[in-house]
Amino acid sequence: MAKASLSQGRALPMAVGVATIIGAFVLLEMLLRYGVVNKYVVPLPSQVLMSLERIVVEENILSRIRETAYEMIVSCLAVIVLGVPIGAMLYRWRPLRRAVLDWVAATAAAPLVLAFPLFLVMFGRSPTTVIVMSVITGLAPIIIKTTEGLLGVRPVLINVGRSLKMTDAQMFRMILLPAALPTIFSGIRLSWTFVLISVVGIEFLINLGGLGQLINDLAERYDLPGTYAAIGFVILVSVIFFMLLERVEKWLRPAK
Amino acid sequence: MAATGQVKNPTATMGFAARRASDARSTNLIRIGLLLAIAGSWEALARSGLLFRDVVPSLFSISAAIWKLLGNPAFYANLQVTAWEIFASLAIGSGLGIAVGIILGANRFLGAAFEPYVYYLAPTPRIIFFPVMIMWFGVGIASKIALGALSCFFTVALSTAGGMREVDKVLIRVGRSFRATQWQMATKIYLPAMRAPVLNGIRLGFGTATVTALLAETKLSNQGLGFMIMQIYARFDMPSLYGLLIIVFILAGIGNLILGKVTGTSA
Repeated sequence: MAKASLSQGRALPMAVGVATIIGAFVLLEMLLRYGVVNKYVVPLPSQVLMSLERIVVEENILSRIRETAYEMIVSCLAVIVLGVPIGAMLYRWRPLRRAVLDWVAATAAAPLVLAFPLFLVMFGRSPTTVIVMSVITGLAPIIIKTTEGLLGVRPVLINVGRSLKMTDAQMFRMILLPAALPTIFSGIRLSWTFVLISVVGIEFLINLGGLGQLINDLAERYDLPGTYAAIGFVILVSVIFFMLLERVEKWLRPAK
Repeated sequence: MAATGQVKNPTATMGFAARRASDARSTNLIRIGLLLAIAGSWEALARSGLLFRDVVPSLFSISAAIWKLLGNPAFYANLQVTAWEIFASLAIGSGLGIAVGIILGANRFLGAAFEPYVYYLAPTPRIIFFPVMIMWFGVGIASKIALGALSCFFTVALSTAGGMREVDKVLIRVGRSFRATQWQMATKIYLPAMRAPVLNGIRLGFGTATVTALLAETKLSNQGLGFMIMQIYARFDMPSLYGLLIIVFILAGIGNLILGKVTGTSA
């Protein structure tokens, strides 16, 4: 019952939100048609909607998605393979953690992605550049959250492990890792968000490969509706990606 | 309670202080050791001839390049442009972000209707809006400011809205029981209570505005530090490229540190 009334309580604001956005597009369409807003700067929303189909059919969207997905998957796996062990190492060695955790936090806030020209020199205009740069950008949150998660494991659980005379490896696999998993996953979510931003951003900046390049291509052809539609498409894909990550995170979080 | 405990037991306090001092010493030693190890292996790699020349340049040539850059008037001209872009984006983006955040945070209905859009758009890659910003604001610095403002807007709006909802209900009730006017409620209750989340949002916004403005400069511009990075890249002047990147990272770090001190938050 409570759930039903909650969803009813949410339905009206959601409807108002959607209606406002549709209304804004309709208003924009009218302003453009009556010449209040310049058509050569903002395309008609209806044209943008129509050009979505054109983009899917003519611009090899499937192979572009595949290319971006490949870079994403490799980078996302790499941040876990590198980040979780580094985070665990920092948990294990307190002096090392005290020395470098601040540095790791500082790199999370630094504009690291600006170093992409360096990797262009090393790896050329290739997916390797995109992947390496994205892994570097996405590494810090997962390291920090892994350390945080392991440090936050309840002492009683660790004592249970000790009383069962578990080895270090057993302790890590059976107690520490499962208990820290929700926090580690929130690190994974942050890292993967950074990775997505970096992959699409660098594709756009160096004009290489997948979805990022699509926007660059269309903008350079001055295909106005196409550019807007492509941006909308990429934003949609990113939002779906974040929503899925959030779902998994909620699912992993222990019930209170 | 903790303070009285410490006074009652001075030896324990001393032991704790001594342990902290020795911890700090060992931390510094490890840091110095790590830095020396990194520098040493970097230099060894640079001199080994395993990589193409200058892909990993010697630390001496990077230091020389940094020194040269710091004496170059063009560096300061570009720095000024970028600093202005970041400042303007932060001012515009935060201003709009705080206004929208207050509306979304104050009104539960509007919050439920529109905040999900702000929330899900916040982490999307902003740089892809650059072509649109160029169409709207031209190729000059206005498009970089607009893009920077767009990127910090979301962060500030979300943390302001969150902060508004987190205001202690007791404070609000106190204000109401004193029959505070709307204006008094805003200036005496809400704003002081929301100071921390809003300022923290601005600090995070500074980070995203910096990255976005600099990246936009690398894509299309004729001034600014991002433009300078691409110019150096086009000359394949690797020591200067490393040098300038180090300077930019340090400057961004200092900016973040200052904002952290001002806002009383940390990275």
